[in-house]
Amino acid sequence: MPGARKQPTKAQIRRRNLEVALEYPLDWLEERSGLVGGIKYFLFRKVPADTNWMQTLGSATLTAFIVQAVTGVILAMYYRPTPQSAYPSIVNITDHLTMGWLVRGMHKWGASVFIILMFLHMGRVFLFGAYKYPRELNWIVGVLLLLTGMMEGFTGYLLPWDQTAYWASVVGINLNGTAPFLGPWLAQFLRSGQEISGDTLTRFYSLHMLLLPGAIAALIGLHLYLVIRLGVTSPPWSPEAAGRDRPEEPSDLRQGLTRPAAHGSGGQS
Amino acid sequence: MEPSGNGPDRDDARHHEPSPTLYPLGFAVGIAVILVGLVIDPLVIGSIGLVITLVFAFLWIRDATRLHREERIAVEAERREAIAAGDGKPVRGERFPRSRFLESMTVGLGAVIGGLVTVPVAGFALLPSFLGQGRHKVDLGPLSEFPEGQWLVATFMTDPAAGEVSRRTAFVRNNGVLDNEPSFTIISNRCAHLGCPVQPNGPIGRTSFEPTASGKVRLIQATPAGFGCPCHGGQYDTEGNRTAGPPVRALDRYSFEINNGRLVLLSTFSVSHVDGTGAQARIYKYKLAGPGQHVDGGEQWFYPIQPPHH
Repeated sequence: MPGARKQPTKAQIRRRNLEVALEYPLDWLEERSGLVGGIKYFLFRKVPADTNWMQTLGSATLTAFIVQAVTGVILAMYYRPTPQSAYPSIVNITDHLTMGWLVRGMHKWGASVFIILMFLHMGRVFLFGAYKYPRELNWIVGVLLLLTGMMEGFTGYLLPWDQTAYWASVVGINLNGTAPFLGPWLAQFLRSGQEISGDTLTRFYSLHMLLLPGAIAALIGLHLYLVIRLGVTSPPWSPEAAGRDRPEEPSDLRQGLTRPAAHGSGGQS
Repeated sequence: MEPSGNGPDRDDARHHEPSPTLYPLGFAVGIAVILVGLVIDPLVIGSIGLVITLVFAFLWIRDATRLHREERIAVEAERREAIAAGDGKPVRGERFPRSRFLESMTVGLGAVIGGLVTVPVAGFALLPSFLGQGRHKVDLGPLSEFPEGQWLVATFMTDPAAGEVSRRTAFVRNNGVLDNEPSFTIISNRCAHLGCPVQPNGPIGRTSFEPTASGKVRLIQATPAGFGCPCHGGQYDTEGNRTAGPPVRALDRYSFEINNGRLVLLSTFSVSHVDGTGAQARIYKYKLAGPGQHVDGGEQWFYPIQPPHH
């Protein structure tokens, strides 16, 4: 009964009013969009109790991609993709613009970090068996992410437009050209003609800046959706790992789902 | 006016809404005539407009309030005979329901619009790489610059308007005269492995610059024992035949013409191998292929159709 309660003190009223005032914008947003609940659903998920540090490699890869995207956008403010001014603009970024050396360095080394983390993440998923049913599709999406990530590396390597960049791209394009049947056509498409020219540079710039990052962002969205939908896998040594008997379940419930041998008794206390 | 509550009395079975009417259109026409009349002739045209407006306003009001003045039309709720479930006969629905027609029209029109947008964009992305591929002729200078038997490393721009990015290099040797025509060996420096620039294996000599119609051409004297690629170690002899390493064929060559006593480079072609040397060489010539692509042997069938080049 409200009458039975003690009258709140002034400090309690103030505190309550402050809470209401702080929560009001969030409530306003939630009522109109459901975004607050969506973010809670995304971030505050149930995961197995014995998840491992190795399972943070995917988030680390995502962080590396975000670093690449942010530094790339800023580099694009100063970079000029023409044969005459590409290299001078890179020199300007590195030697003259304030902290340009740092942002370019983050983008350059971050590219390698991104690729290395993708491989480590892939190795973790493989060794944990996390690619198995029902997560096969997410493995396939991950392979597409690896491919688009490597294409980012290939197209970005040309942009400094120095001798290393130029000849590495010549060799890379000609390697594509040796693929049977459509290889010569692919090489000529990448080269934007029969010879490397300024069009090759702007083409690689466009692919590197617009098409491939968009594709990667979309694939990351699909990748995360599947992670959230399907949940995080337990490590293979976990008593909760797929295929193990669980004490609280009657064994006949699981007949036909697991192999009959009592192979999963280890790890239980 | 009847309250439009959400209760069960607001069902469509009790009475029908007024059917659509054209009177508002007449009313709007009347208003338009009034406005035009105010500009042109307020007394005559304005009055006509006023009359039209009033007449249609009256008709509209009368029509809209008809249901409230007249007795309600009793409409029997539609009934159909229930079909007994599980009598085994599939019930055939309407063959082309309107919703399905609209659905297919929406998807179809969307596809047409998408195609109209995609076709030119995809064409613009793909076709310029393949169509209108041309190569400029390159003037290397007068024949007197090319002494017989002397190798020269010629560096030139295939398209001076494009600038440094079009710089190419060829190894040129004057073979003297064959059948009253000058003979030249002109080898492209593009490695037949993956396209790196091959270098002359031997000392180089004097450098000269030759101003030509195609811009300044640099000529360096060389005495190569062969050509070598710095990238992956491909080696060639002085006729461009592969002698070691990963290349799949001999070095490409330039075709040429002599124009007013000047050496002019034309297009390039690929070579599987060369027998003999100099003016007596027998060159096994093929259409230009990319580096790393076989032009002879069984592997040539991996590259049946080359994209159009010059």
